[in-house]
Amino acid sequence: MTPTLLDKLNSLDRRWIFLAMAFAVALPILLEIGSDETPSLPTKKLFDRIEELPAGSRILMAIDYDPNSAAELAPMSLAFTRHCCLRRHKIYFVTLWGTALPMIDVTIKEVVQAEFGSGDKPFRYGEDYVNLGYLPGEVVAISQLSSDIRKARSQDVRGASLDSLPVMKDVVSAQDMQLIVNASGGFPGAKEWVQYASTPHKIPLAAGCTGVQSTQMFPYYPDQLLGLVTGIRGANEYESMLGAKYPQFAVMSKRPASRRGGPQRWAHRLMIALIVLGNGIHLANRYRRGTP
Amino acid sequence: MTRETTIWTALFVCGAAFLAVRAATSERGVGQQFVVPVEVVGLYDAEKKEIVPHEINPTATYGDELRRSVRYDSALRGSPKVVFSLSRSIGVWVGALLTLCVFSYLYKDNVGYKLAESIIVGVSAGYWMVLSFWEVMVAKVLVKLSPDVARYAFLPDTPADAKADMWYLVPVVLGCLVFCRWVPKIAWLGRWPLAFVVGTTAGLKLILFLDADFVSQIRSTILPLIAFTTDATTKVRAFDWKQSVQNIVLVAGVLSSLTYFYFSVEHKGLVGRVSRAGVWVLMITFGASFALTVMGRITLLTMRLQFLFDDWLGLVRM
Repeated sequence: MTPTLLDKLNSLDRRWIFLAMAFAVALPILLEIGSDETPSLPTKKLFDRIEELPAGSRILMAIDYDPNSAAELAPMSLAFTRHCCLRRHKIYFVTLWGTALPMIDVTIKEVVQAEFGSGDKPFRYGEDYVNLGYLPGEVVAISQLSSDIRKARSQDVRGASLDSLPVMKDVVSAQDMQLIVNASGGFPGAKEWVQYASTPHKIPLAAGCTGVQSTQMFPYYPDQLLGLVTGIRGANEYESMLGAKYPQFAVMSKRPASRRGGPQRWAHRLMIALIVLGNGIHLANRYRRGTP
Repeated sequence: MTRETTIWTALFVCGAAFLAVRAATSERGVGQQFVVPVEVVGLYDAEKKEIVPHEINPTATYGDELRRSVRYDSALRGSPKVVFSLSRSIGVWVGALLTLCVFSYLYKDNVGYKLAESIIVGVSAGYWMVLSFWEVMVAKVLVKLSPDVARYAFLPDTPADAKADMWYLVPVVLGCLVFCRWVPKIAWLGRWPLAFVVGTTAGLKLILFLDADFVSQIRSTILPLIAFTTDATTKVRAFDWKQSVQNIVLVAGVLSSLTYFYFSVEHKGLVGRVSRAGVWVLMITFGASFALTVMGRITLLTMRLQFLFDDWLGLVRM
């Protein structure tokens, strides 16, 4: 008996689906299809807060992710840092993840040094920004940072004493920061910053997190997290707002999240089509068996 | 030769031919990285441990403070003064081949995938070992216990006025006690550091968890079911139906989900119906979580394909 289309679909090798997904993602990359996103309220609140803070405000940039989640979080870190530089805020880079040190280096090199390291008012290390490096100890490190930064670390990542850096003048703890911005890829991350810094010490905190984490983080918004940027879509929203406000950053070469938006959109369309197809096959099988 | 082997051999030959043609004809080559050497001249700021960029004045004397160095910036082939970078090119090729090895698992398990898996495990273990030595053993223990030894042996920038803090002996001793588990007669001593860790973690977490995840969450859920807003300019107070619906959904969702986990009353009648609604709320949450996970995984795939198409094959310019 010749197998019907339904029989063929029932026994479809899953590797054809992998191949279809590879094409759905690869073609928009090759055709350079990007996308803009309409900003959601949690993303807009973080953007507005950084925008409203007076120039020279202190922002603790906690980069807590590794290459596993860099695809979603690196574009966020670049956008947050770029926005802080545009507003001339002082930036304090720190991480609770040992594997995040190269992520901080990339952010500093690509944004602070490449885009704001020259010109009339260049961003200078030690005066406008500092890299505090890796703080071992997970949640204990957050507690130390919130009570006394120098107990957590007396030197910056280059080995210079924190007291010798002008940017550290009058900074005792994370409580002296006007805002903590956390790019969180897991544990320790945004949840721990809420538990050990923001809630007990009332330090304003905003977070960018991976899509996986976002359902755990939304309960903290808006009382314990003043803003929340979720996944690559959130990063795309932030880049769209940054591009609208500062047109020099509207170009696609400065928007890695927007470049990943096109493949994302086509992959989602394929997934929706596959879910509809799968349910259709399920219903057809039930109809064939004669069960309601 | 089986049909499968024939197909894969043909694919590999086609792939190799494509790479060869691309390497010979394309402007960017395949995985070829180019750099421009930039001479950096600056004055050394001893206080900040930073080289401050400086224009050279041939008539001035700078002594030891003038530093010269060469920095290599990524550049396009054909740019002025550009040179081929072997180390960066090898890095891109290794990255690309390991990416393909990992992708090959989607077809079926194979030696290439196992190799990539072993490399990542080995590299991660080595990275963490080195990092823990410098950031914990040296920076957290040796610098605190003996700053002079740390300055002499590992960190020359350790402040000269740093004093030893003998309190750090406590974690060192507790850490050493963990190894007692290898000696059966004194294995019981190994429980002390574990007891310390469990006790302090529980104590620290209990208070802060209660505050952040219990009290604050209850406070955030106490919301008006009928919300009003006041216009900033006209000062007129009006019914805010959007916020009201949002608050009602939030409160109803929390109460119904809690009811599902409340087992002191049989889930029948009204309680059963509310509990059923709670199951729906949980299912919607799991669905959202799953969808967002898929979004994250697709982003990872996008990133790797961008790397292959841009850095390796040079098909697109990111």
